[in-house]
Amino acid sequence: MASGVKPRVKVPKKAAAGEAITIKTLISHKMESGQRKDKEGNVIPRSIINRFTCAFNGKSVVDITMEPAISTNPYFQFDATVPEAGEFVFTWYDDDGSVYDTKKSVAIG
Amino acid sequence: MEFSRRETIALGLGAVALSVMPFRVHAATEEVIAAFTGGADVTDGGVTLTAPEIAENGNTVPVAVNAPGAAAIMLVATGNPTPAVATFNFGELAAAQSASTRIRLAGTQDVVAIARMPDGTFIRAASTVKVTIGGCGG
Repeated sequence: MASGVKPRVKVPKKAAAGEAITIKTLISHKMESGQRKDKEGNVIPRSIINRFTCAFNGKSVVDITMEPAISTNPYFQFDATVPEAGEFVFTWYDDDGSVYDTKKSVAIG
Repeated sequence: MEFSRRETIALGLGAVALSVMPFRVHAATEEVIAAFTGGADVTDGGVTLTAPEIAENGNTVPVAVNAPGAAAIMLVATGNPTPAVATFNFGELAAAQSASTRIRLAGTQDVVAIARMPDGTFIRAASTVKVTIGGCGG
C-alpha cells in the first residue's frame, strides 16, 4: 500500500549541544495485519511497515523492527542526543518494498 | 478391574503428560523469546513497562518501555496470534533507552518486555492488560 502514506515528525528546531530531545513520529499507514478477513471470508494479505530507523548525521538513534501487532498509523516516541548541529533522517520500510523518509534539521542555540 | 504395576506406571506417565500440555499454548511466545535471547536466562527487574491496566480498545493500546543501559528491547504480546510486537535497537545517539508506541492486543493477556544489556544478559518486565474489545478481529 503506497497510497496516502504521510510521515509526520515532531523535532525541536533548536537544541543545546549535547542536549537530550524528545522526538515523536507518526506515519499514516493502515498496517494490515494479515489476520483480518473480508466479507467473503478471504484473509486480507499482510501489508505493514516492518522497520523504522532514525539517524542523526549518519549515527543511529533507534532502529525498530515492527511486527503486525503495531497499531494502524504507527507512532513512536523516543529520546535522542544532539551533539552538534545537523539533520535527523527518519526512514520507514514497507512490506511492498517502498521506503518513506523525511528529514529534519536541528540548529544549536 | 485391576491394574498391573506396568499399567499403573503407564497411567501415571499419561497423567503427567496431560498436566504438561497447557504449557504448549505458550510455545509460540517462548519461541519468539528464545529467538531474541538465544536461550539465555532472563531475570526480572531493571525494565519499566508502562501499559494500561484496562484497555477499552485492543486496536491501539499505548505502551512505554524503559530499560536504562539496554542495547535492545523486545516487546511480546503473549496472547496474540503472532506474539512478537516490536524490537527496539538503540544506537549511540539514543539519549535514553526508552520508547513508547501503540500496539494491538487480541484479548486480555500479559505483555512482556525483554531487554538485552550490552554484557549479554537479559532482563524482563511483564504487565497484564485487560482488553475489552480485541484488536485482531475480522
